[in-house]
Amino acid sequence: MADGDTQVPQLDDPLQIPCIKPGAMEGLQPFLASPEHNKALGFPEELVPDWKEKALAKMAELAEKNRAFQVYLDICVKCGACTDKCHYFLGTADPKNMPVARQDLLRSVYRRYFTFAGKYFPWLVGARDLTKEVLDEWYSYYHQCSECRRCSVFCPYGIDTAEITMAARDILDAVGYGMKYSNEIIGKVHDVGNNLGLNPKALRATLEDLEEDIEDETGVTVRIPIDEQGADILLVTPSADFFAEPHIDGLIGYAKVFHQAGVSWTLSSYASEAANFGLFIGNYENMRLVSQRIRKAAKDLGVKRIIFGECGHAWRVAYSFLNTLAGPWDFLDPNYPVPQHILEFTWNEIQQGNLTFDKSQNDHMTLTFHDSCNVARGSRMGDMPGGQFEIPRNVIKAVCNNYVDMDRDTTHESTLCCGGGGGLLTDDLMDLRIKGASPRMTALQQTTEEHGVTHLAAICAICKTQFSKVMPKYGYDMDSIVSVHQLVSNAIILDGQETEEDATA
Amino acid sequence: MLSTIYALLFYVATILIVVGVALKVRKYAVTPAPLKIPTTPAPITTGGVVLRMLREVIFFESLFKSNKWIWLFGWTFHMALWLVIIRHLRYTIPGTTPFWLDFLQPFGKYAGFAMVLGLAGLWARRFLVDRVRYISSPSDHLILALLLAIGLSGLTMKFVAHTDILAVKAFMSGLWTFQINRLPTDPFILIHLALVITLMIVFPISKLLHAPGVFFSPSRNQVDNPREQRHIAPWAAELEK
Repeated sequence: MADGDTQVPQLDDPLQIPCIKPGAMEGLQPFLASPEHNKALGFPEELVPDWKEKALAKMAELAEKNRAFQVYLDICVKCGACTDKCHYFLGTADPKNMPVARQDLLRSVYRRYFTFAGKYFPWLVGARDLTKEVLDEWYSYYHQCSECRRCSVFCPYGIDTAEITMAARDILDAVGYGMKYSNEIIGKVHDVGNNLGLNPKALRATLEDLEEDIEDETGVTVRIPIDEQGADILLVTPSADFFAEPHIDGLIGYAKVFHQAGVSWTLSSYASEAANFGLFIGNYENMRLVSQRIRKAAKDLGVKRIIFGECGHAWRVAYSFLNTLAGPWDFLDPNYPVPQHILEFTWNEIQQGNLTFDKSQNDHMTLTFHDSCNVARGSRMGDMPGGQFEIPRNVIKAVCNNYVDMDRDTTHESTLCCGGGGGLLTDDLMDLRIKGASPRMTALQQTTEEHGVTHLAAICAICKTQFSKVMPKYGYDMDSIVSVHQLVSNAIILDGQETEEDATA
Repeated sequence: MLSTIYALLFYVATILIVVGVALKVRKYAVTPAPLKIPTTPAPITTGGVVLRMLREVIFFESLFKSNKWIWLFGWTFHMALWLVIIRHLRYTIPGTTPFWLDFLQPFGKYAGFAMVLGLAGLWARRFLVDRVRYISSPSDHLILALLLAIGLSGLTMKFVAHTDILAVKAFMSGLWTFQINRLPTDPFILIHLALVITLMIVFPISKLLHAPGVFFSPSRNQVDNPREQRHIAPWAAELEK
């Protein structure tokens, strides 16, 4: 569907609950992965003839390997607490986008084949046979979940629909029925080292151009090193930071902070991607292989620390899973957590007084901050609970004069997904992306009306891309979305930098 | 004859609930959680996790954040149910009862009304709220009907049509020592006990598993310390060889 067809939802309140509209998003499906993409990831090339048996076998396997999947399938009581928590439900009104209903698409099949009640009394417990229609329904609605975990916060048992969605996608891939967007991208990471398929030569040229831009702008030589043996810090950042707006301004910000902090650092052309789409498709093996690239790069370059750039789910995989998937990190400097977030680094430098800022450089903006879902609910920063909320805000306030928060019910652990996370950032799902963004956009519009907010700051490559695409639908310019380190970059005063006063004097 | 049937049913139901729940709990316990997935706000110490879990099961903290109506009805029902169960111990313990149990009797007595009101509220939502109506299966209605019928039949015996409670106590407490004493035959006690037996039997094969299951939910019971401590499932460790 072209995005011009989308009815942009008009909400009075970001969390306004719609009356259900069964079938509203029925049949919306992303493109199927091609045989080559599936093959590269170790999946069957196309839907296998015995898909039903294979799917059930995979379901049984996952229930044995993952306690979350097993427990969550069993213990939901259908209380309804989650039913109004998903941004895709709020934006589309399709009841199958209610977290419990989304889980039930799979739970109904689990019950039919793996539980006493479902085997003998299927009508009683809503159990159903696995048919091609059900498989297609899975393909549709498990690609209308961004794995943002908002439902899990509000569930009395912590049932995380993301876990069910990931399992469902893993099952779909196991029968050769995976999606194009994620599978194609994971293939590029395995082959080239990043989601974009940028080869080392192109990457080096891009970085040199950026170095020139910084020098033109500031008069200071700030390096963006790549593949430098013996550097102290390996920076792993989403590849969107190398070319997309506003991501690239964030990368310039990291480079300036490292420069001013006087540390030696490097990017790696081999691990030139922080994102790990293995998470999105719920496939442990692929997630592990992608993570192992970072371990190899760190070893080959002989670094002492690893720092991640601004990326939401990448930070979840980095913070929560990297030690599991690619650890132990006993060859790195034990004085630093592995890995660290760039915001942890920058905030630490600010606290130590190593950075000076001209906050007025950001005075043309009034800012608010979008807590990215995977950072907010799947990870942490610093050494205190809630550091993932405090540290980004602290950094923004250190470099900007005008900052306000959005409605508390839509920030921190209750934050709303941007609408494009979890492997849905593809044009074939644009209708869903626009609708799914409406709760967040409505909260933003409220701050614009009440406090004159002009810009939204984010720390996730997907959020940034998604917002630059959908914000125009909600009355904002596409450059109203900014990187947090873009704000840092605007305000930071480098040693020897030509300031405006120098220029006029 | 009827006493013998009920006694046997109680034994069967007890075996089914104990063995059934034990098997499920064992399954939850041995199934590894391959990744660290605690949901924010996640404690960073084991003590913090214990406190979080206590807040969840005593106050229903997450549910309170989520929906005040479901919390009100659900919490009322569960807490009242505890009081009612404790009160019923006097009918199953042989001989005289400890003083604290006697002390709790009046609370348990009136908790029966709270329990019924809570259940009625939860059931009403299954009809009145379109989202909850959509997700409800027949079994979701039936389990509420079952619990409500247990509560109403119990209240009826307490406040309207008394049964021979001394005989009931003799019957129930005799079961511990495999003595089958005579069970009164008035309809309410027979209905009440039959429904309780049904509840025990369906417990391990239904969503009632949420009671033991909540303690095994990784998003609630994990410590947020993945950078400090390496967490790896046995099957995942195999991949490293």
